[in-house]
Amino acid sequence: MNAVIDAAMDAERIRALIEAVASAVIDHADELTALDQAIGDGDHGLNMKRGFEAVRADAAGVAAKPLPDALKAIGTQLVMKIGGASGPLYGTLFLALAKEIGPNGENAASAFAAAVEAVKARGKSQAGQKTLLDVLVPVQLALADGGPGILDHLAAIADAAADATIAMQAIRGRAAFLGERSIGHMDPGARSSALMVAAVCRVLGG
Amino acid sequence: MANVGIVIVSHSPKIAEGAADMVRQMVGDSVNLACTGGNADGGLGTDVAAIIAAIKRAWSEAGVAILVDLGGAETNSEMAVEMLDANLRGRVVICNAPIVEGAVIAATEASGGSSLEAVRRMAEELAPQ
Repeated sequence: MNAVIDAAMDAERIRALIEAVASAVIDHADELTALDQAIGDGDHGLNMKRGFEAVRADAAGVAAKPLPDALKAIGTQLVMKIGGASGPLYGTLFLALAKEIGPNGENAASAFAAAVEAVKARGKSQAGQKTLLDVLVPVQLALADGGPGILDHLAAIADAAADATIAMQAIRGRAAFLGERSIGHMDPGARSSALMVAAVCRVLGG
Repeated sequence: MANVGIVIVSHSPKIAEGAADMVRQMVGDSVNLACTGGNADGGLGTDVAAIIAAIKRAWSEAGVAILVDLGGAETNSEMAVEMLDANLRGRVVICNAPIVEGAVIAATEASGGSSLEAVRRMAEELAPQ
């Protein structure tokens, strides 16, 4: 049993995770859209909201499934509903997590590492290109290092990583068209990733 | 052997339909053609389910070549291809080519009975080097 998740992943807990992540994204939709208007096509908030509203609508049924099946169902919803590149990217994150994680969150750290690799492959990208990977990669590395109370630190790590995208020039995604003008704005995908990481840690860490 | 089918995936339904009109003008009904544009709410974006449906509408035993516009159209098309049945998946390619010019030249090549690989190669000759 991996030490990251230390209590059974029952329906109630999965439901709480879904609610927390979906609310974090939906409640910040306007902020995500504003970030995307600055350096992209301005649809990130709306797209993420559409995806996570679909996930939330199914929450009861999905939460009743074993964790891997629940993650697979969430990933599929995101792929089918988001409608932008973030659909396949976040969808792949959840679908890849589903493949390796155990029903009670066993192998969480290695499953997350595999999922981040899958997102890199899907986006043909890597950290440093001003994308969601600039949050996911540092979070994954911290999770792999582990240590006591790691879940209490991940949100701060994710926030700092999202802040660090402000100084970056975009290499992938629509923002790359702006070249140097993409510098000075936080990447919307990095922000949505940080919001999701914080939401998960609030539920699992608390 | 049937001709390769063509699928056009744009963020904009108008671009998808307009590009499809230009393809039809060039090749008539000799090539299976489908297009899709817009997200599930009808706004600008792309929709994996709609892309899967378009691939099935344009299906040909010779395979299907997809032309896309920007990032999300490509990523969502890759996702759609992966979600196809295993026996179909290997006969679908996404062309790295400008959507309008690529669709017209790919369809023209397809109308002459060329292989999927030849269709893709012709379209991709238009890609910026």
